Amino acid sequence: MKFVEITKKTNIDFIGFRYKMLVLSCILVLLGIVGFVMISIGKANLSVDFTGGTQLQLGFSKQVSIGDLRKALISGGVDDVQIQEISGKNEFFIKTKMIDSDKERVQDKINAILNNEFKETGSRILGSNMVGSTVGKQLKRNAIIAIAISLVCIVIYIAWRFTFIFGLAATIATFHDVLSILGIFYILNMEMNILFITAVLTIAGYSLTDTVVVFDRIRENMAKMKSKTELGTVINRSVNEVLSRTLVTSITTLVAVGAILVLGGKVLFDFSLALFIGIVVGTYSSVFVASPLIYMWRQRVR
Amino acid sequence: MLKSIKLRAILILIFLVISVIYCLPNVIEPQGVWKKYLPSDKMHLGLDLKGGMHLLLELDTVKLVQNIADRKFNAFKDAMIRDGVRFLGLDAKENAFLVTIRPEQKEKLYNIVGKEFSDLKAGTTRTEGENIVVEFLMSTKELENIKDNAVNQALETIRNRIDQFGVSEPVIVKQGGNQVLVQLPGIEDSQRALELVGKTAQLEFKLVDEEGSARYTGGSVPEGDEVLTLKSRNKETGITTTTPILLKKQTLLSGELLTDARVKIGGEFGNEPYVAIEFNSEGARIFDKITAENVGKRIAIILDNTVYSAPVVRERITGGKASITGGFKMDEAKDLAIVLRAGALPAPVKVTQNITIGPTLGQDSIKKGIQAAILGAVLVLAFMIYYYRLSGVLANLALFLNIIYLLGAFTALKATMTLPGIAGIILTMGMGVDSNVLIFERIREELRIGKTVRAAVDGGYEKAWVTIFDSHVTTLITTFILFIFGTGSIKGFAVTLSIGVIINLFTAVVGSKTIFDWILMKYKPRSLSI
Repeated sequence: MKFVEITKKTNIDFIGFRYKMLVLSCILVLLGIVGFVMISIGKANLSVDFTGGTQLQLGFSKQVSIGDLRKALISGGVDDVQIQEISGKNEFFIKTKMIDSDKERVQDKINAILNNEFKETGSRILGSNMVGSTVGKQLKRNAIIAIAISLVCIVIYIAWRFTFIFGLAATIATFHDVLSILGIFYILNMEMNILFITAVLTIAGYSLTDTVVVFDRIRENMAKMKSKTELGTVINRSVNEVLSRTLVTSITTLVAVGAILVLGGKVLFDFSLALFIGIVVGTYSSVFVASPLIYMWRQRVR
Repeated sequence: MLKSIKLRAILILIFLVISVIYCLPNVIEPQGVWKKYLPSDKMHLGLDLKGGMHLLLELDTVKLVQNIADRKFNAFKDAMIRDGVRFLGLDAKENAFLVTIRPEQKEKLYNIVGKEFSDLKAGTTRTEGENIVVEFLMSTKELENIKDNAVNQALETIRNRIDQFGVSEPVIVKQGGNQVLVQLPGIEDSQRALELVGKTAQLEFKLVDEEGSARYTGGSVPEGDEVLTLKSRNKETGITTTTPILLKKQTLLSGELLTDARVKIGGEFGNEPYVAIEFNSEGARIFDKITAENVGKRIAIILDNTVYSAPVVRERITGGKASITGGFKMDEAKDLAIVLRAGALPAPVKVTQNITIGPTLGQDSIKKGIQAAILGAVLVLAFMIYYYRLSGVLANLALFLNIIYLLGAFTALKATMTLPGIAGIILTMGMGVDSNVLIFERIREELRIGKTVRAAVDGGYEKAWVTIFDSHVTTLITTFILFIFGTGSIKGFAVTLSIGVIINLFTAVVGSKTIFDWILMKYKPRSLSI
């Protein structure tokens, strides 16, 4: 029988690559740690969900330059404003640290400025998001707790299904993925909002699935192959055997996420980009991080 | 074998029919007899798709406790005066009262506290010269209770206001210790909605201090007085002006005793709308008394510390009816009547989160979400057919079942679809094929080592099962935690993904296997298109 195949029967020495890949992974993780520190001290591009402030989406019926908009807002008393243009639609995202007070809503203030300055171009507020700073702190704390708890639950599950070392390796691989996305988003200066946290957790789940599939095969082959067989050989063979599955699943998921990336609009763009990067990193880590870790651990013990 | 295939096929069909029935109202409106017997609920759309307002309100509990303590302090003072406790000093400090008395008055004082203020706890007593200073503390448990009740009362009041205003499918729930979450789908005038929900609506009547006003030129306020602003709107220009006004601090009458508030037009106020209010019998008695005592003086009508009007009392008013004027527009008068009828919030609220999504933005999101879903689906389906040929078609059937089941379950469970929820569906499509990929790759392996088609299919499913189960459980763990910690749209995402994952377990393992088995039974193929 003939099959359409992405990879013919492969025999790649994944374990042999481990030191080169270790360097790459360390760079990614290091980036992630820098990103995490920056987030903690508030230097990263965090959305108002976490920092508190106001975010508005504005629409104009005619073209307006970003400079004019900025000038109008600053002269109207809305300083500390970040403006982002949504290309081709005469729409803008604006973000400021200001929050509503008892006397005045930020939205109303901005609306008044726009009505004054852009009479001919007919402005309107399409959507707004105002978050008080206490809520932001609460959300940030909740997000960190959510990530931590889910990682712990997963280690427990995997440790129970396999062994503690497998569980540990899977967790390190997952941390590696989470930190990598964090680092890449930090470097790209993409905005991190609640959706981003959702994406990170989804990726944690996805990457684990990938890792579990590889581990399952390692466990199966360890039982099947003679005990004298070197662990490296068992791992290499297992990863090679599931390689086509790993690639096919990654491709279909990337294709689906790619569709959101292209057509989902601005709100979902960052979200799907995080998923996209995460899937790539997650696939990489299940092959090049999780399994070699087990190998290196066993080497050390022996 | 045949029996088991039939059984499974029937199960799949039953689920399919149920799902389609639940999905139908999303596509067509049920008519006639169908309406009676079939579910008619459409899928609930989240605010990000429907447009509307999401408000997180925080009750100012510090202010609340202060208000309660103030009131208790006044009642305590009145009781002492009434019972002839001659106190030499009286002080309030946070949640403690300090009374300075002669030692011989101590018993009388404790009597009052024991009888009428059982929630006050005696604290330390110290001597100060010939006098003693007794401390009474408000119990912290009592204060906690007050806070709790206040949040519940605020919730009730806000619900009343929204019901009377008329918003379909509002969400009003308590969140955390002192927060109220309000979601108003489809609201267009966000400012008006915010006023309606967030206004404290504390109505008070106070006497204008005419003598003091004559002498008052700014600077220090006379003892027992306060300065508030009088808001008035010029009818022609529509410009609102504010002027300071000096009032006696004591509240003569407050909105708690109101029974009704209605918008009226005409009468002595021309064609300007005003709010006619009516007091209950106790309120009417008090109003009667204060108007009788103050003929010729001005009584200020105050809402949330802003004076709306300060008319001169021309004669004693019996019957407990009054009007609030203030140059209102019709909508403003209507909303004011609603908030007065629904009652005041127990303390001011602060808006800590306000997400407003315009209706056009929501529609835009739905359109883009559906487009992305279609493109994603087409690409995934095409890839599966290219890669797995006829078996790919089979996997696609399973995927199709998956999506119908998912939408049906979603509508039936009355879960809320959000924009991330749509993303969750698309992601489910991508990940959903994973189970089939795992199975098919296994079958290929089995075939490569020379097994028969029948044995390869059975072996493939059997061996892939453990892996599929493990991977689904890990995904479920993360979605479950997302559900617990997430709010609003994140919950929507978690729900879609978890329902999707569970259904996928069924469609991949039971769904596609059944079709496989049936084909193998019927055609007994020698080779497999996989």
